[in-house]
Amino acid sequence: MERIDLKESGLRGVNRRLQLREGDAGTAAFEVTGLGGEHSVAAGLMHPIEVTLKGHVGYYCAGMNQQARITVEGNAGVGLAENMMSGLVRVKGDASQSAGATAHGGLIVIEGNASARCGISMKGADIVVKGSVGHNSAFMAQAGRLVICGDAGDGLGDSIYEARIYLRGKAQGLGADCVEKEMREEHLKELSALLAEAGIDADPADFRRYGSARQLYNFKVDNAGAY
Amino acid sequence: MSNDNPTLRESHLFDRATIHEIQRAASEGIYRIRGFGAKRALPHFDDLIFLGASVSRYPLEGYRERCGTDVVLGARHASKPLHLDIPVTIAGMSFGSLSANAKEALGRGASEVGTSTTTGDGGMTNEERGHSKTLVYQYLPSRYGMNPDDLRRADAIEVVIGQGAKPGGGGMLLGQKISDRVAEMRTLPKDIDQRSACRHPDWTGPDDLEIKIRELREITDWEKPIYVKVGATRTYYDTMLAVKAGADVIVVDGMQGGTGATQECFIEHVGIPTLAAVRLAAEALQELGLHRSGVQLIVSGGIRSGADVAKAIALGADAVSIGTAALIALGDNRPDLAGEYAKLGTAPGFYEDWQAGNDPAGITTQDPELEKRLDPVKAGHRLANYLRVLTLEAQTLARACGKSHLHNLEPEDLQALTLEAAAMAKVPLAGTDWIPGLK
Repeated sequence: MERIDLKESGLRGVNRRLQLREGDAGTAAFEVTGLGGEHSVAAGLMHPIEVTLKGHVGYYCAGMNQQARITVEGNAGVGLAENMMSGLVRVKGDASQSAGATAHGGLIVIEGNASARCGISMKGADIVVKGSVGHNSAFMAQAGRLVICGDAGDGLGDSIYEARIYLRGKAQGLGADCVEKEMREEHLKELSALLAEAGIDADPADFRRYGSARQLYNFKVDNAGAY
Repeated sequence: MSNDNPTLRESHLFDRATIHEIQRAASEGIYRIRGFGAKRALPHFDDLIFLGASVSRYPLEGYRERCGTDVVLGARHASKPLHLDIPVTIAGMSFGSLSANAKEALGRGASEVGTSTTTGDGGMTNEERGHSKTLVYQYLPSRYGMNPDDLRRADAIEVVIGQGAKPGGGGMLLGQKISDRVAEMRTLPKDIDQRSACRHPDWTGPDDLEIKIRELREITDWEKPIYVKVGATRTYYDTMLAVKAGADVIVVDGMQGGTGATQECFIEHVGIPTLAAVRLAAEALQELGLHRSGVQLIVSGGIRSGADVAKAIALGADAVSIGTAALIALGDNRPDLAGEYAKLGTAPGFYEDWQAGNDPAGITTQDPELEKRLDPVKAGHRLANYLRVLTLEAQTLARACGKSHLHNLEPEDLQALTLEAAAMAKVPLAGTDWIPGLK
């Protein structure tokens, strides 16, 4: 375990070390302190290392992550793990808006609540939220799975494409073209695996599945009122 | 259009094109979507003229004395700024909107003359990267195909806020152009009418943009120049705010800027002309003390000739960008395709249905058979020829004004032929010292 203090090393020093830019893989596990809500901490990591962030982080923590397994022992600001490609990001606290935005792969686990637009435009990643999510979550979500163990705000899954939403609580409202769908055996199995991977104890049978009605995939004048 | 019968008087208000559009709308019930760019008459660089050297100025020899054309982009914060041989770059156009051969041709043409080309909404293709010596990677609201590996293999990053054809609107790619490869790159089902987001999913406003730009720099080790591209609207303030957010280069796309597919009402009715935008952006940089020294300005939207290039630079641009003209140079709207165009109900010089995917020139299509018609080597060379002509023309005009580098051109070298152009470009009406709005 290598310890880095952000106050001493600065953001550039921390990220360069975590990105292993010096060509020295060194240790495979890092602990970063002195975070102070700094933005872009652990952004652009490229290697399968373990990183523990000891405190709160600002915007874009773990942005575009590839392979790294990152744990935030605090809350995370806007755009947590945005455009993540692979790896794991776990937040022990809450996450602000646009968590997992456009993420292509990997798993994001938020043990608290997530704010608005969680999973916006997600492109293949999996997001598991132990608490609730804000409005317009999974907006234009293209692929991947969003699991919400609590409730969802208004406009859930607005203009969703092929992503799947699993919701245990209630949605304040569904967005355009988002509908409830049958929970088949394969979905229960898939959800069970996601919950297990996220380390969350919940019964898949308590969840409902939502996805695209696929009515707005092509421009039709009859759909004008849906927007 | 004309009709020889003098008893038939066409309405200026309800001309034939307007009547046709009303009839089409009544028939189809959906707005017109098309490619190309604004077709209406607008104040433009044609409304300006250069003041060649005379008694009070002396010119440079046309073919002997050097007139520099190079430009450095992005030295403000990037450790690896771009050095281009000519100040004419290729604007962002997506693979999806354009065929892979067209993207390759753009890269070949740009590389042949030492300038850059740009990706588009839909990600970076290997053909494009492989054939572009200098490639700018667009960072768009949709983030289709966005990945950090491509970000790192780009030479610069362009954060796209908007484009001149549709400031405030998102991209559009109709189902007939969503091939298997396009669908896979964008993580979308095939054959849908794809709507790109109009705003970024994880930031809002200039303060967030500053944090976003810093994130992109952290991911790319502060190597890449970062551009911010806006459609021309509130250009003075947009430029100020983008610079404050940390941009190395500002790209301003006027309302004449082209598009692969956009609602026609958007193309013709949103944004301000390039002529007005270039001066507003330059003034913002001058006020910040960064004009020609720190932050570069790239202007696009209706650049067709070396005269346009020289005038844009004289008004304050460091470089210009071309899209529509580049496609025409590749082979769009060619006369020898008249028969093919006729089958589509159009003709060379009028073809604008770049959204339809059935381009007989093989440029704005994903049809494998049509795409084969475009030879990327020959088309790339045509583009290189055209870029050389633009450069030679701009040099000719600059030498006539006594300038040893295109960047030495200045507003003082220009006068305007119309009141509108004088007011927008802030140069005197020809033969007077009157600048409407200033004096």
